[in-house]
Amino acid sequence: MNTEANRETLERILVESRNIHGVSLWQDAWNRLRRNPAAMISLTCLVLLAVLAILTPLLPLQSPIDKDLNERRFLPPNLGTVVMGGRPGLKFADGTLTGELDRFNAEIADLAIQLQSTSDPQQRQALAAGIAARIDIEHPFNQMWNELGPVSWWMCQTRVALFGNYAIPSLFGTDKLGRDLLARVFWGARVSLIVGIVATLVSLIIGVSWGAIAGYFGGMIDAAMMRIVDMLYSIPFIFVVIFLVTFLGEDSVKKKLDSIGIDQITIFYMVIGAIYWLTMSRVVRGQVLSLRSEQFIESARTVGASPMRIVFRHLVPNVLGVVIVYLTLTIPSVMLFEAFLSFLGLGVSPPDVSWGLLLNDGVEALSIIKVFWWVVVFPGGALAATLFALNFLGDGIRDALDPRMKNRD
Amino acid sequence: MRDLLGYLLKRAAWMVLTLWAVYTVSFVLMRSVPGNPFSGERSVPPAIERQLKARYNLDAPPLQQYWDYLVGVVTRLDLGWSTRLEDYSVNQVIAEGFPVSATLAIFALVFAILLGVTAGIISAVYRRSTADHVLMFAAVLGIAIPNFVLASLAILLFVFMIQIFPAGGWGTLQQIALPAFCLGLPVAAYIARLSRTGMLEMLTKDHVRTAYAKGLPKRTVILRHVVPGAMLPVVSYLGPAVARVLTGSLVLEKIFALPGMGSHFINAATQRDYTLAMGMVLTYTVLLFVMNTLVDLTYAIIDPRVKLR
Repeated sequence: MNTEANRETLERILVESRNIHGVSLWQDAWNRLRRNPAAMISLTCLVLLAVLAILTPLLPLQSPIDKDLNERRFLPPNLGTVVMGGRPGLKFADGTLTGELDRFNAEIADLAIQLQSTSDPQQRQALAAGIAARIDIEHPFNQMWNELGPVSWWMCQTRVALFGNYAIPSLFGTDKLGRDLLARVFWGARVSLIVGIVATLVSLIIGVSWGAIAGYFGGMIDAAMMRIVDMLYSIPFIFVVIFLVTFLGEDSVKKKLDSIGIDQITIFYMVIGAIYWLTMSRVVRGQVLSLRSEQFIESARTVGASPMRIVFRHLVPNVLGVVIVYLTLTIPSVMLFEAFLSFLGLGVSPPDVSWGLLLNDGVEALSIIKVFWWVVVFPGGALAATLFALNFLGDGIRDALDPRMKNRD
Repeated sequence: MRDLLGYLLKRAAWMVLTLWAVYTVSFVLMRSVPGNPFSGERSVPPAIERQLKARYNLDAPPLQQYWDYLVGVVTRLDLGWSTRLEDYSVNQVIAEGFPVSATLAIFALVFAILLGVTAGIISAVYRRSTADHVLMFAAVLGIAIPNFVLASLAILLFVFMIQIFPAGGWGTLQQIALPAFCLGLPVAAYIARLSRTGMLEMLTKDHVRTAYAKGLPKRTVILRHVVPGAMLPVVSYLGPAVARVLTGSLVLEKIFALPGMGSHFINAATQRDYTLAMGMVLTYTVLLFVMNTLVDLTYAIIDPRVKLR
């Protein structure tokens, strides 16, 4: 009787426990974040922005680099129809992109047939080189877009297949060289977002490794590593970076870097990433210091895990919460810094576009004679809205992951 | 007093160390660029090139150059000659630009503190009111919008559309107001948030309750017993605020075409005027160090619990 009753209670408890699902830290944080409307709206906007930025070549936008100095300078926002490749100066067949593509492909096909029919290897080589050079210079895509990568190239092809010669009218107006501002804002978003993400990742990798290693090993290593951080902290980095850029922009230095396959944007990521890791390393070190005497680290050491394995396998995953909180605060400041440098003419250089560069163009175009408000308002609005959303999301994630930090600055 | 002296010495030592590191790195970079600053220009007669090299001390061996410049800076505060601005020494350029930048920065900081603290106090005292929500939303906006976007929009609005302010120039209060406003606004937003948090924390303290209990009017309680304590985080933010205003002035001086240190620095960078750029970096480092030390000292004087380290 007694055992029967016990059994029943046990079974009841068992069923109950099966229905209870443990809530992990991440689920808990996600639930809390979901209840924060400002953060969720920001998140939606940012995801939308990221998707649009990735898919930019696929969208029926006008060319971001095709200039029209005769008829389209400083057009205010309008709904006038625009045909891709319709500018007379381009001398495209039929005055359309598709027409020119057909003509060009036919020409290349002719050349390819010629290539197949010749047997002399030297002649063949010359012909093949000629075809490559023609594609490089004369392909309509290379006249409409700037240095497309393979993926973007494919997306542009899909776009032509999907939309033909249709292009969205100049909803944001055009700039001082007659380029469509809407297209430029979209292409600029790609650069700005990539700089934000890549530079943050660089800072993440350096900062987390540095902080975790200093915190775990402690003693002399810790002291030395943290003194270096202290020292770097006291250097006014923005000024030093601007100073650095003066060297990196020197023609001879540029050529040297180009020859090892590093272009300016890559350096840009590195430089920005390399200066934003300091706070990250301090934060991670503090967390690791409090974690390293915990039992799970002790037991990992007992079973013979190497120090590096302990640091990166056992300690780093446990400080991820703090790292993510700090990460969401780093992305906007990195994007801001990129815009800041590009605005000063020291960052991304034309024909690449970024929001900072667009704003710089916009401010230069401001004059008393006629107010071209659209060249400032749209890029500035895009940058401000993105930073705004990132800030809100960052605050939201901080509150969600660590409720104790709520309302603190 | 002993504390203070030790602290100042320690800070000075750090500053010297930092400056030396910045100088060394800059010097190595400067030397690692192939050729000399004049090799890119149209070719000059050998005699003139010799003269140029002698003037910029480029004919000495690198170590000697490193040492000479260092001695010049330490003993005579001489930062050398600008390579692009003819007949200007770096010191002259800084001496011309500094008053402009300093005026702008002081106006911006004063404006930021006044606006930020007022907004913070209002939104903390009338917590959860419409004013609070509006002010704090404005603060988030102010933090998120970069000051060069703000400045561009401000020019568009207040210079071109509603013509209140002049488009450029320097000297009169009207000409200073708009740049200082754009420079100070983001800082004001930060200060508003900090002082609001500080106020809310102070409002729950026992001594404030006592002050209310003994019948002091609300105004006196807030101004005498709450505000002083709530200002501590604001004071400690002033160091970063100075840094922010200085970096912000780089872009604002460019936008408003002001002849300050910032625009000289940017010009030096874009025109590859190495000596001027290096002199500027060193000057900015000193400025920030001094300002930070001053802020820390003020903090220690205001709050006796803080020990100078």
